[in-house]
Amino acid sequence: MSYEERRIWAYAAVAAVVPAVYVVIMLGRLADAGAAEVSYVRPLLVAVAAGIVVNFLAGMLIGTPDRRDERDVGIFRYGTQAGYFVLAAGAAGALALTLAEAAHFWIANALYLAFILDALTSSAVKIVAYRRGF
Amino acid sequence: MGKPTRITNTIRHLRFVRGEMTQADLASRIGVTRQTVIAIEQGRYSPSLEVAFQIARVFGVPLEEVFQYPDDQP
Repeated sequence: MSYEERRIWAYAAVAAVVPAVYVVIMLGRLADAGAAEVSYVRPLLVAVAAGIVVNFLAGMLIGTPDRRDERDVGIFRYGTQAGYFVLAAGAAGALALTLAEAAHFWIANALYLAFILDALTSSAVKIVAYRRGF
Repeated sequence: MGKPTRITNTIRHLRFVRGEMTQADLASRIGVTRQTVIAIEQGRYSPSLEVAFQIARVFGVPLEEVFQYPDDQP
């Protein structure tokens, strides 16, 4: 498995685990308060920061970067493009929530979910491209 | 989703008749990773025209001797 592929697996793992921890924390808080009153800003910012930092550290821990060739670049573009559509759909959902005057909690979390789904989708597409062909 | 290529190749055979040239050696000569050479050999990746010509040049044969495309329609 090339460095690029290992990097994508690590990216996908971080994109799955960090939000999962965040969801568990928020579900606990939502049990005590409604969406309009719940304190979500700090955990959300910590989750975003943790995702960036852990992803950076994972990149260093999995080894030395190999040479990136045309296949790596093509697969990266292909996966990123697939994720873009998911991100755009999520942004549209957040816009709809804003127009519906939903609580900030739902709008912020809809955007966070869009970024997470973007990361997971683009990672999955890239992994499949590496494994099955591109 | 990208479809694996219909292009076939004889890289494995050409490496064999060139004294078992390794995939890593071929990769370093054409400037790609060994994983990309493996993917090309197994028909999981269709290289750019430039890389295809580089592979043919390494083996000293015409492009058509390295890569083939089936006549029948998909």
